[in-house]
Amino acid sequence: MTSIFSADGRNVACTLIEAGPCVVTQVKNVETDGYNAVQLAYGERKEKNTPKPLIGHFKKAGTTPKQKVVEFRDFRVEFEGQVDMGKTVISDQIFVEGDFVDAIGTSKGKGFQGVVKRHGFGGVGGATHGQHNRQRHPGSIGACSWPSRVFKGMRMAGRTGGNRVKVLNLRVLKIYPEKNLLLVSGSIPGAKNSFVILEK
Amino acid sequence: MSELLKFVEEDYKDARSKFPAFKAGDTVNVHVKITEGTKERIQQFQGTVIQRKNVNTNGETFTVRKVSNGIGVERIIPIISPSLEKIEVLREGKVRRARLFYLRGRQGKSAKIKEKIRLKK
Repeated sequence: MTSIFSADGRNVACTLIEAGPCVVTQVKNVETDGYNAVQLAYGERKEKNTPKPLIGHFKKAGTTPKQKVVEFRDFRVEFEGQVDMGKTVISDQIFVEGDFVDAIGTSKGKGFQGVVKRHGFGGVGGATHGQHNRQRHPGSIGACSWPSRVFKGMRMAGRTGGNRVKVLNLRVLKIYPEKNLLLVSGSIPGAKNSFVILEK
Repeated sequence: MSELLKFVEEDYKDARSKFPAFKAGDTVNVHVKITEGTKERIQQFQGTVIQRKNVNTNGETFTVRKVSNGIGVERIIPIISPSLEKIEVLREGKVRRARLFYLRGRQGKSAKIKEKIRLKK
């Protein structure tokens, strides 16, 4: 992440995303697949680390093996006819400065966490009135003789993070077409150098 | 910092390097643009630099402290801010730390910083 000053003098925190070059590896349509979609692949990987079926798949599109393959379903009409097998899609063909995009990624794993961090519980409130060992505890998890059990879905401690997260409406502040870079406002899910899906 | 981030921040290099070199302990006079309604004017803020943070990145800021009518006032200024007009270095200070937070608890003579004497070549 970095920060730049916008035209109206505000200091905007922003994230740098390398968006492409992506290669079209498959085009699905209603006749053969039942729905419209385009499949994009990104990132290089060695042939010896690629499963044989995938090597064949990439060969069909006429490209080298790629790391990530993502399908975009029911894409907008304006892109129709622009996508052909093996064509390289570059970021500045799709995104324009000032666009709003959504970013989908996997959030950072936090391990086993308590209810305060995981669900935003307030904890027990104070440290006095006899409280000495339960400042960050969940409190009551239900009534007693009825229902004599804990309801399903009761929010408790457990594995936190590592989920698929979508962040909506990030503004594209700047595009660097020579390096396929996008500068978007705000933060996106995941660690540095992790993969995200951008939707417009 | 990653290579790609460096590539992006390269564009703002001029904005960062157009000011004279200054360090913590120096006395500076900062000219900052202020908009009041539609009018724009320049305000000066003179004091001691007590820290420079995140140097050589877009996020670089510096803190200027002065004592105004007996009350300590600090101002944090981003160095790539478009409202930052000019920095004048009035006096170089001789200090042994990069962050001069010890000045906050002091007043009078103990809050004084010695001037760095530079020998002429």
